[in-house]
Amino acid sequence: MVLDILSWVCLVAGGLVGVVGAVGIHRFPDFFSRQHATGTTDTLCALLILLGLGLQAGLSLAAFKVALIFLFLFITSPAATHALASAAVHSGLDPKRGRTDSEGQS
Amino acid sequence: MDLLIDISLLTFLAVTAIGIIRITNLFAVIMLFAIFSFLSATLFMTMDAVDVALTEAAVGAGISTVLMLATLALNKDHNEKQPDKNRHWLPLAVVLTTGAVLVYGTLDLPDFGDPASAPQTHVAPHYIEKAIEETGVPNIVTAVLASYRGFDTLGEVVVIFTAGIAVLLLLGGRREDPLDDGAKDKRVPQNLVLRIVSKIVIPVIMLFALYVQFHGDYGPGGGFQAGVIMSAAIILYSLVFGLGAAERIIPKSVLMFLTSLGVLIFAGVGIASLFLGGNYLNYSVLASSQVAGQHIGILLVELGVGITVFAVMLTIFFAFAGRERS
Amino acid sequence: MDFVVSHYNYLIAIFLMMTGFYTVISRGNLVKKIVGLNIFQVSVFLIYISLSTVKDGVAPIYVEGVKVYSNPLPHVLILTAIVVGVATTALGLALVVRIKEAYGTIEEDEIHSQDNSL
Repeated sequence: MVLDILSWVCLVAGGLVGVVGAVGIHRFPDFFSRQHATGTTDTLCALLILLGLGLQAGLSLAAFKVALIFLFLFITSPAATHALASAAVHSGLDPKRGRTDSEGQS
Repeated sequence: MDLLIDISLLTFLAVTAIGIIRITNLFAVIMLFAIFSFLSATLFMTMDAVDVALTEAAVGAGISTVLMLATLALNKDHNEKQPDKNRHWLPLAVVLTTGAVLVYGTLDLPDFGDPASAPQTHVAPHYIEKAIEETGVPNIVTAVLASYRGFDTLGEVVVIFTAGIAVLLLLGGRREDPLDDGAKDKRVPQNLVLRIVSKIVIPVIMLFALYVQFHGDYGPGGGFQAGVIMSAAIILYSLVFGLGAAERIIPKSVLMFLTSLGVLIFAGVGIASLFLGGNYLNYSVLASSQVAGQHIGILLVELGVGITVFAVMLTIFFAFAGRERS
Repeated sequence: MDFVVSHYNYLIAIFLMMTGFYTVISRGNLVKKIVGLNIFQVSVFLIYISLSTVKDGVAPIYVEGVKVYSNPLPHVLILTAIVVGVATTALGLALVVRIKEAYGTIEEDEIHSQDNSL
């Protein structure tokens, strides 16, 4: 019962973190800060959701598989973010500096 | 609850499709199409089609996207020409009429999930009840794919084989130096993080492909998925380390050999069962008991499928990527 | 309303099919046409898989004691269709690449005008 509640807390929290990342994509002004919003929340979101799923599964083969998926995501997700960012730098995209327009008006 | 997930995923699919029509930047269109594929894979998952979901995730979101991006990389212009506003009306009228007719057609379709509908009551109950005792394979999809409908699958494999040859005829003709790494490496930045991460990940992907291949009798998976995943590992390698390096590992001649080897194994199993006194692709005669024979047959046939799919996907990718270089 | 809920899969599949169809006939860009064809294709997969689903059924992998499974036959057909689909898509894209090399464009009307001016 406790485990069930805990796993649901993890699942809901993971979902919320994912939504926060999505809001970040909409709100942030340029490519690099958007990358920051998704890149950082993405890993945490996956961690929480997979943790929740693992708790649901209990000690079983399914939980082991979930752990493997997490390990895989933990390596590849930051690497993908890095690849995107370095591709952007490589193609000559500069980060926006200073205050953005919307901030300047408020 | 399931219905709610279903409906929201379907709505997402529809929204993504509208996005694909409206956006004119082709790069964004292709990325949206990858999302579309992932969404449909999730949807197949919720509708209990695990094998199909695995295939769609690997093929639709993986290989298709890579091939479309490779095509786009060969085009310098990444934007679609704005369509003429006046040309909208005729297509729209055609589409709306066709759609209305099709919606009228759905009136006769069974309710979603109806266990008494026509598709559920003809041949499927036989497969579901008898597959385990007739073939000894718990994954009914694999049993139907490789054994009951093996002849269909042989045809599909030949189609893939033919498509591979056709792409090679269209794109593979240009003479090039396979050791010419320099030009490629200048464009691919020497990215340390990517190199190390892909060195960790590629063996894992290959191991997973083998798991999917040989565990396909018991869980979701089989030759089609395994072949695609295995080729994805090599494609990743060639994206990070350059095409020349990948072609040194698997030269084109080896790929040609593997492409035909897979089809040969599949058809050969059929011939073998013919000589042992059974029908074509009836594996029961391959061993002393029916279940053992079926098991050997399914294993070999899936292996043939896996090899051909792997080799064709890689041939196609190399053809596209090689075009870019020359 | 009941009809919409029980046939939602088919309705969306038809919508997607028409979206793909519309993209193919109204857009001149060849890459976009191929994307449209792929959307059309996915909608067909969707109809097949929807028909295979059984209420309260599980994935068609034999488990001791479980009686209700989804219909495995459409799964087999669609599984192979997906892989064949990517092979044919690759063929289409290869043709696009050759057209681009021959005409220097992938817009349909420009290709037609070049053909006519010959």
